[in-house]
Amino acid sequence: MIRRVLQFVPVFLGATFLIFALVFLIPGDPIRALSGDRPMPASVQQALEARYNLDKPLWEQYFLYVAGVVQGDFGEDFRGREVTDIMAERIPVTFKLAMYAFAFEVVIGIAAGIMAGLRKGGFIDNLVRISTLVVISIPIFVLGFMAQLLIGVRWGWLPVSGLGDGFKSYILPAIVLGSTSLAYIARLTRTSLAENMRADYVRTATAKGLKRSRVVGVHALRNSLIPVITFLGVDLGSLMGGAIITEGIFNLPGLGNAVFRAVVQQEGTVVVGIVTFFVLVFLLSNLLVDVLYAVLDPRIRYE
Amino acid sequence: MSDFRQAEAVTETETVATPVTEEVEEEVQKPTEGPPPGATTSLWSDAWKELRSSPLFLVSLGLVVLFIVMAIVPQLFTSADPRACSLSNSLDRPSSEHWFGFDLQGCDYYARTIYGARISMAIGVSVIAFAAILAVILGSISGYYGGWLDSVIARLTDIWFAIPTILGGIVILSLLGERGFFQVSFVLVILGWPTMLRLYRASVLAVKEMDYVEAARALGASDFRILFKHILPNAITPVIIYAAISVGVIIAAEAALSFLGVGLQLPAISWGLMISGAQTRILQAPHLLLFPGLLLSLAVFGFILMGDSLRDALDPKGR
Repeated sequence: MIRRVLQFVPVFLGATFLIFALVFLIPGDPIRALSGDRPMPASVQQALEARYNLDKPLWEQYFLYVAGVVQGDFGEDFRGREVTDIMAERIPVTFKLAMYAFAFEVVIGIAAGIMAGLRKGGFIDNLVRISTLVVISIPIFVLGFMAQLLIGVRWGWLPVSGLGDGFKSYILPAIVLGSTSLAYIARLTRTSLAENMRADYVRTATAKGLKRSRVVGVHALRNSLIPVITFLGVDLGSLMGGAIITEGIFNLPGLGNAVFRAVVQQEGTVVVGIVTFFVLVFLLSNLLVDVLYAVLDPRIRYE
Repeated sequence: MSDFRQAEAVTETETVATPVTEEVEEEVQKPTEGPPPGATTSLWSDAWKELRSSPLFLVSLGLVVLFIVMAIVPQLFTSADPRACSLSNSLDRPSSEHWFGFDLQGCDYYARTIYGARISMAIGVSVIAFAAILAVILGSISGYYGGWLDSVIARLTDIWFAIPTILGGIVILSLLGERGFFQVSFVLVILGWPTMLRLYRASVLAVKEMDYVEAARALGASDFRILFKHILPNAITPVIIYAAISVGVIIAAEAALSFLGVGLQLPAISWGLMISGAQTRILQAPHLLLFPGLLLSLAVFGFILMGDSLRDALDPKGR
């Protein structure tokens, strides 16, 4: 267990360094760009470079940066705003969006997967198989615009832009964001449950006279959900990352929106800060899944 | 666009077992000494027999062939020139003569949509081909020799894996001033290789313990011969299945990046760019969104469906 946690550190450092190196290789001089067309006095430029550590070699910049991150300091952007402030303002939006999407995909996805997996080859099974493939094939931005156009504008059922309506504003974006993962969850559950239903222990459980609901719900499902949970660990991280497109389409002021704008405006510290946050969430959710594994499947042990 | 990672999660769990089962089939064959040449029932010929009668596979094959032909000879589908535009037709709705209407510049939208297949298919296929070659080379080294090299490669893939695909794509591509076919493909290869590598490495690990590998080594075969003559044909199946699905996923990822404005640039004709141009006129001219979106989805659907039916046919567990 401790080994697993220790592995986390080099991966985190490596991934953040990669992003850091990439972002600060952006050609162009962000400091000079601050003053627009009028040239900046050399002394001012040097002072600013020193303030943002831009005069030091890359590895030293990175070291100073990580030292700051560990203490909760993500640096500030070129207008002097703390990156943590920008993030604190936007994390709730992205977090809510990701959580609603997650709840939607888990509930509907697993339910559809169970219905399909219990009667493999039946009508519901084929329906789920084909419809999930269709959903997976439609890129999220096409789906987003379609939903916006039909449900939002033409039929006027739900708000399509911004956060003006509280919870209702999140419904459509969350459905769009969660739809692809929903399809994967349904397929995973289906395959895995159909396989487990043929296992010996399920036959034993049925033979000793247990109710079908108990055989499926307790015996088969517990084992079947292990691959689904692996997927959910990866998915929680990618929901946050995938929010870039969804937040853009539905105009939600979340992290994805902020990081995209920061890339365009060459706000290096903001980009690195937010991406670091995404990487952290992704790695932590994977870690959580590994721990959950041991709970679900006692055969897995960590030395 | 998070599909990339998700597709890999799915294929990884569902296909890793394939090489092992394949061996089982080979072992089953052994007792029936000397079947007449040409009549061997290998895993692939079995699979082909099953695939020929699977309607889903035939649909996917039809779609894939359709889009390949569309990419190579778009002239077969349209006689209009996608770059011959007349502003007087700007944003005209679809009509019986011009099925998909016209875009803002007054270009024939049907011709543009058809020509848009070329770059999507080219990027999808070449990215996956490169990633697969990389995966086979590095996966062979990593899985076969193990040791410190394996650890280094494993940690590197862990690190790449932790960076969200679209996010990484945005960051890297925004660094490049000029973004065409090569730049976008390059970025998608470097973001896509770790999964294939992991798949192939796991597969090599399972296959290298087989008796026939041991036998080849005892006969004095070189490592190179063992890796490419004996291990590769038996370990490649999961990579092929994943590759078929990934071509679709890469096509979608390219469109997403172009849509966000960090992928291909005008005057390239690409579905992602067309959808990006449509977004501000979604109410006025929904056909600008509908048609490239439809073809894009169909192309992705074709490849994903093909990978899916390949997996069903090649993975005897599901039978």
